[in-house]
Amino acid sequence: MKNRYLPLAGAIALAAAFTAPAHAQTEIQWWHSMGGALGEWVNDLAKDFNATQTQYKIVPTFKGSYDESMTAAIAAFRAGNAPHILQVFEVGTATMMASRQAIVPVGEVMKKAGVTFDPNAYVPAVAGYYTAPNGQMLSFPFNSSTTVFHYNKDAFKAAGLDPEKPPKTWPEVALAAGKLKASGHKCPFTTSWVSWTQLESFSAWHNTEFATLGNGMRGLNTRLSFNSPLHVRHIENLANMAKTGLFVYKGRGNAADATFVSGECAMITGSSALYGNVKRNAKFVGGIGTLPYYPDVAGAPQNTVIGGASLWVMSGKKEAEYKGVAMFFAHLSKAEEAAKSHQRTGYLPVTKAAYELTEKSGFYKQNPGTDVSVEQMIRKTTDKSRGIRLGNFVQIRTINDEELEQVWAGRKAPKQALDDAVKRGNELLARFEAANKGK
Amino acid sequence: MEKRVRFRSAWLPWLLVAPQMAVVLVFFFWPAAQALYQSVLQQDAFGLSTEFVGLANFERLFADPSYIASFKVTAVFSFLVAAVGLVIALLLAVMANRVLRGASVYKTLLIWPYAVAPVVAGVLWLFMFASPYGVVAYALRWMGMDWNHLLNPDHALALIVMAAVWKQISYNFLFFLAGLQSIPHSLIEAATIDGASPWRRFWTIVFPLLSPTTFFLLVINIVYAFLDTFAIVDATTHGGPGKETAILVYKVYYDGFKALDMGGSAAQSVILMGIVIALTVLQFRFVEKKVQY
Repeated sequence: MKNRYLPLAGAIALAAAFTAPAHAQTEIQWWHSMGGALGEWVNDLAKDFNATQTQYKIVPTFKGSYDESMTAAIAAFRAGNAPHILQVFEVGTATMMASRQAIVPVGEVMKKAGVTFDPNAYVPAVAGYYTAPNGQMLSFPFNSSTTVFHYNKDAFKAAGLDPEKPPKTWPEVALAAGKLKASGHKCPFTTSWVSWTQLESFSAWHNTEFATLGNGMRGLNTRLSFNSPLHVRHIENLANMAKTGLFVYKGRGNAADATFVSGECAMITGSSALYGNVKRNAKFVGGIGTLPYYPDVAGAPQNTVIGGASLWVMSGKKEAEYKGVAMFFAHLSKAEEAAKSHQRTGYLPVTKAAYELTEKSGFYKQNPGTDVSVEQMIRKTTDKSRGIRLGNFVQIRTINDEELEQVWAGRKAPKQALDDAVKRGNELLARFEAANKGK
Repeated sequence: MEKRVRFRSAWLPWLLVAPQMAVVLVFFFWPAAQALYQSVLQQDAFGLSTEFVGLANFERLFADPSYIASFKVTAVFSFLVAAVGLVIALLLAVMANRVLRGASVYKTLLIWPYAVAPVVAGVLWLFMFASPYGVVAYALRWMGMDWNHLLNPDHALALIVMAAVWKQISYNFLFFLAGLQSIPHSLIEAATIDGASPWRRFWTIVFPLLSPTTFFLLVINIVYAFLDTFAIVDATTHGGPGKETAILVYKVYYDGFKALDMGGSAAQSVILMGIVIALTVLQFRFVEKKVQY
C-alpha cells in the first residue's frame, strides 16, 4: 500500500516545488549605502524594475556608509547569508577582486542568464576600472563620480573675478584665492577627499604614475610612487597656500563639502556628485570647472580617475535568482534609465548611449557644468590614468590623510611626508600581495 | 544561629549560578578565546583563505612606531577622562544632594547624557567646536583663541576628552549621589555641632565614606576610556591630526571594521585585554588598600 502511493506523493511534491516559485516572487536582496536623496533614487530604481515584471522583486536595503555595508556583507557572507547584490566603493574593488570565491563576475551572470550583454556599451574609463586583466568585467558600474573643481560664482563676482571663467591651472587658483582673500573671504580654497583629489586624480590628470604597474591594475606586486618631484612640488604649493591662508584644511573624507555649500569656502576640489547638493542647498550660484593642473607638465591635462561605487554579485545563490539579477542589470543599462539616473544624481552615465541621449536632450546646455565630469572621463586613457586599484586602499588613504595633516599644520616638510606615506603604504601593499599571492 | 546559607544538595548551588556562568561564558570567554585564536591567523576579508602566522601579527604591531605612540596617547586620554569625569561628577553629586526643591528635575537632567549613543555624543561636541561657526568655537574666537582641532593636536585631544567625559558623567553622578545619600546624617550633624567646617566635614567624613564608590568608579571609568570610546574618536577626529588622537581601541575598531584586517585587529584586542586585566589587578592590589568599606 505504501508503495502504491509513493509515486503520487512524489508527483504532488514535485508539482508543489514547481508551482510555488511561479506564484511567489523571487526576492533579490540589494545592500547599498545611498542615504538621503540618493536613497530615494535607489528605491525608485527598484520600484521601476519591479513594476516591469512579476517574477522578481528587488529589495534594496540601506546598510550604512560604504565601509559599514561592506563589513556587514562580509559578516553575512561568513554566516552564509550574503545579499545577492552588494554596492562596494571603489577603494574596496581590489579586495573584492581578490575574493574570487565570494563573488560571481557580472559578465558570467549575464551570460548564464542569457541576457545580451556588451561590455563595450559601457563608458570605457568606468568599465575598465571594474575589468580584470583578462578582460572580464567583474562588477556592474553603477554610481561612478570623478573629481572636479567647484566654485562660488557670487563670491567670484564680489572679488572682482569673472564668474564665468573658473581658474584652469594651479597658479590661476592661487591668484583667484588671493583676490578672494583680499575681498574678505576667510576660506578661499579647500578640498574634500585629500588623497583622491590631490594625489590620485592629480597623478592621472598629469599623466604621472601614482603607483607602479599601471597603478596596480596589472598585478599585485605594485608599489606606491607618489613622492616624485612633481608630487612634492604640488604639495609644497598647497602647503604655501595653507601658510598664507589661501588654502584652508577642513578635515578628512567629504567634511569640506559642507563648508563649500554653506558659502564659507569659495572654491573646492571634490566629487562631481557634490553638484546635486549645491544645486539643492546652496544660497549662491555654483559653477563647475575642470580639475586644475600645472600647464608646464607635458601631457597635462590627461583624464581624471573615478570614485563612487559599483554593484557586485555575491556567490552561492540559486540560478533563478541570478537570472533576476541579470535582468535588473539589463534594466539599469537601458539608455533611458541610465540617462535618467545620470541627470538626477550628477554621477557619470553608465553607458555611452546614456551620455549621447543626455547630450541630445539638451541637458548639458540647460545645466552648465554637468558635462565637465563626463568630458574629463571620456578622453582616451593611458596606462597611467586608467584608474588606481590597490589592496588595503582604505588604509593607504588614511595614511595619506595623516601625513598630509602634518604638512598643513607645518610640522613636516612636504617631501618628508610624501616619502613617509609611500613607505608606510608600501608595507601594506606588500602584506596584501603576500596574503593574496596564490589566488 | 548560623548566618550562612546551606544547601542540602551539592548540585543546587551550581544550578543557581549556571545562568550567570552561561552568560559569562558566551559573552566573555568565548569571544576572548576567538580573539586569541584569530590573533595568530592571517585572513583575507571574506575568510576564504586562512593561514597560521604565529606571532607575526604581534611582531608587526610592535615594529610600528605609531602603535607604540598610541600607548602614550591612550594613557593621557584615559587619565584625563577618569580624573576629570570623577571630579566633575562628584561636584555635581554634592551639589544635587543639597538641593531640596526640584531635586528630581536636576537629577533627570544630569542623567540624560548617558542615554546618548557615543557616536551622537561625538557629533554633538564636534558641532559645537566646528570652526569657525560652532557655538563654542565662535565664542573662543571672540575671546581671541583660534580653535582648530583639525590641525592642533592639543585641541583635538581636548575635544575627545570633553565628549568622552560628558558621556560618562551621568553614570558617575548616579553612583556618587547614591553613595552620598547612604551616608548617615547623624555623623555630619555631630561634626557640625563640634564646629567642623563644611570643607573639613567633606574631607574627613564624606569622602572617606565614598571611597568604595570612588574606587569602583575609577575602575569602571578607566575601562570605559580604554574600550568604549572608539565611536567618539571616529565621529570627531578620526584619530587625527596625524595620529595624535588614535587611541588603542580606535585602532582596533578601525583596522577590524573599516580596513578589514582581522588578524591585526584581533592581536590588538588581545593586547588591550591584557592591559585592562593588568590595570584592574593593579588597582585591586594597591588602590583598594586605601579604600574603607
